[in-house]
Amino acid sequence: MSKLNLDRDKVESCRVAARKISQQVQTFVDLHTTVSIERSVLRMIGIEEAYKGRPLANAVVDSLTKEQLSYGILHWLGRALAHHRSSPVSLCLKAAEGKLKWNEVPEADFDAIRRATEPLARNAVRKLEESANRKRHARESMGGREPRPLKYLIVATGNIYEDVEQAQAAVLGGADCIAVIRSTAQSLLDHVPNGATTEGFGGTYATQENFRIMRKALDEIGKKVGRYIRLVNYSSGLCMPEIAVMGAFEGLDYLLNDSMYGILFRDINMKRTFTDQYFSRLVIAHSGIIINTGEDNYLTTAESFKAFPQVLASQFINEQLGLAANLREQQLGLGHAFEMDPDVEDSFLYEIAQAEMVREIFPHHPIKYMPPTRHMTGDIFFGHVLDCMFNLVGVLTHQEIQLLGMPTEAIHNPLLQDRFVALKAANYIFKAARDLGDEISWSANGKVIRRARSVLEDTFRLLQKVEKMGFMNAIEEGAFANMARAVDGGRGLDGVVKKDRHYWNPIQKLLERKPEHHENPFHAARPREEKEMRERGGGNRRRREHRRRRGRGGGGQRGGAPRETQQGGSGGGGSLPPPSEPTGGAS
Amino acid sequence: MSHAAEKGPVKKDNNRIKPYGDHWDDGKMQFSFTLPVPAGELAREAARLYLEKLGFVHPMVATMEPMGEGYTFFVAYAYATASIELSKIPLHKPEFPVVPYDQLVDLAHKQVRRKIVVVGATTGSDAHTVGIDAILSIKGIAGDKGLEYYPFFKVVNLRAQVDNRHLVDQAVEMKADAILVSKMVTQQDQHLEDLKVLSKMLREEKRLSPNLVRIAGGPRIDHRIAKSVGFDAGFGPGTKPSEVANFIVHELIRKISGAPAHAAPHRVDGEGHAPARPKRRSLFGWLGGRGKDS
Repeated sequence: MSKLNLDRDKVESCRVAARKISQQVQTFVDLHTTVSIERSVLRMIGIEEAYKGRPLANAVVDSLTKEQLSYGILHWLGRALAHHRSSPVSLCLKAAEGKLKWNEVPEADFDAIRRATEPLARNAVRKLEESANRKRHARESMGGREPRPLKYLIVATGNIYEDVEQAQAAVLGGADCIAVIRSTAQSLLDHVPNGATTEGFGGTYATQENFRIMRKALDEIGKKVGRYIRLVNYSSGLCMPEIAVMGAFEGLDYLLNDSMYGILFRDINMKRTFTDQYFSRLVIAHSGIIINTGEDNYLTTAESFKAFPQVLASQFINEQLGLAANLREQQLGLGHAFEMDPDVEDSFLYEIAQAEMVREIFPHHPIKYMPPTRHMTGDIFFGHVLDCMFNLVGVLTHQEIQLLGMPTEAIHNPLLQDRFVALKAANYIFKAARDLGDEISWSANGKVIRRARSVLEDTFRLLQKVEKMGFMNAIEEGAFANMARAVDGGRGLDGVVKKDRHYWNPIQKLLERKPEHHENPFHAARPREEKEMRERGGGNRRRREHRRRRGRGGGGQRGGAPRETQQGGSGGGGSLPPPSEPTGGAS
Repeated sequence: MSHAAEKGPVKKDNNRIKPYGDHWDDGKMQFSFTLPVPAGELAREAARLYLEKLGFVHPMVATMEPMGEGYTFFVAYAYATASIELSKIPLHKPEFPVVPYDQLVDLAHKQVRRKIVVVGATTGSDAHTVGIDAILSIKGIAGDKGLEYYPFFKVVNLRAQVDNRHLVDQAVEMKADAILVSKMVTQQDQHLEDLKVLSKMLREEKRLSPNLVRIAGGPRIDHRIAKSVGFDAGFGPGTKPSEVANFIVHELIRKISGAPAHAAPHRVDGEGHAPARPKRRSLFGWLGGRGKDS
């Protein structure tokens, strides 16, 4: 049901422009790999241990020259496996110790490499699918009514065990999703720390062990309250694909994964981010995780009234990049925020217009709504009022996920009692205004509808501008969040490697198979990929056929699996219908 | 009782004061806090007695809410006994005159005679630029135009996550007259350590102007703190761009002329010290902490 009477043609035009923009990036992405992608490939085949205080995967990837890396880590591992009759882990250990020199490994023909590595790849992908299934079962077995918006709370003590205490208290107060904020600047680390951590600045390190500890704690408390509790972490940064892999294996439900956040707010090189973003989303698509994008952040550096078209434009782009990486609409938790200056007259109406239009333009997407931060001043009483208005808009416009604002925003990390106060207010407002949205319609030419119309118009213009300039140039010119970032500036560019013609990454090949449900007309196979497959010949002919049959049980490859996964991918929505039905999203 | 309401006009001591609830000097204060104990009579009594232990009298627990397992949230009121003498409070503020825009332009034009280069950045891992942007960008804050608006400033905004080294190098390259560092991260006093490091780098960097004006700002920064880590001034929440502009101009003139610190005010004709300004709604620029991602 449309309340805003948006111009559907204009929305479609925005999608077309965003698709063209995303293709500009995809052209680059398809030709490159990164150290982070290769490290996550290693993690996926079981290289999870630490070596001299750093992950073994880092040591192995660092032992390759850029030239060597352009063939892909599995090319080298496949070569070594073809000759050494040893396990991947022990080969990796030898490489890290310097006992195995990659340039001394004799050449092997492509078939031998393929035979050595494809089983590893299949295993890795199966592991992702199993994790997705586990999560789906856990969610379904809990059953229960899950009214929207889901209440999303943050813990950030720096100590994972303290986080557990606070998370469990929040769940008892009504929280549905627990996000563990990462330690300040973890996104700038070019490796993922190991083990359980008890010290962090402004948050807790994202490590595989920490994920495991929190997942277990949430399952325990979830059983107690009879609800499935969703676990959230953050993958933006130099280790985007690795954190995606860890999150997939450890049963995360949401992962912050934005195509531009790292570039704009962490000054990470855009080529690195775009390449990493694609692979990490392929992993996420298969593991039933829902991504959350970070458009809300734009409104912390730019004023919401003026800058909301940037948010919407970025959502369109994130959507297209996500679909290109096999994510389903139901996995695209696009973000936006309640950040209007409270001094603006009728700001509440404008917030409604913005929230409503995001919902209507992305009806199947589990939209994530972020609380005010820019205008939180330290006056906790006024802040609480702002948060309540935000909650009212959230329930009124049927947002999927509501990140509850804290009255003490801008003062400190939330205290136990801050979460309690926020939950109590949200519980009341969501209950009191449960069906308010269904009762309201907006006057035909009123402020809400006019605001939505003008935002859509400006979004379209912005997308056109970005398309004309080129996505990367547009970022260089500060088109988003008023942040200008140079194409070759920022961190991590030296970790981007142009793929050789013989680049070999069977995991990526498996993940790139298009699942059946992708009916999106913008989602035709990219010509480059087709060409690449032709070049490979041999074993790929089978895969091409396989593709034609759209993922249905091809020659012993567990082909039906991606379908299952994608069902699992309905993540946030226990209420979502199976993919064959056309509807979904907001219930 | 300490909050006894007396008939007739109260004799008010405007120097020696206590919190004001609804009577002069009643000392009534509001508390909200959590105790790690399950809600119940024991918890309520613990909360009440704890406030007494802090020196408050007649504590009253307004609400007691169970929170999670084994924690209880309280809102309470109690009467303070202590008072404070305003005349004995030492204040730490940078001392400089604040003159109107036209006068400042005139002053810079006559006494500096060239563009004043201001390099600003949020350093370290901090991604928040709202503060530095509010001071530097032309838009400014609450109608007070930012430094870019002033014709005699050349503003270089390096924005967020600038490495200390990079900031110093940029300052050298741009021939900076003033450097503005915004600091937000406050955990474990990390921001202070970082400012000390930067201050040392600035001292040791011989290519920089000897008259460089060094300014720090942020929600947890005040003048005393900034001074203690080697800066010329620190600006906290509520600072307006015009104040920073005035400080830069006056401090630069002072440094160029070689006058000792804090002897500047009389150099400006007909202007006194900056009047103590009432704190307005806190400048979101210097606050605005987000911390939803790291």
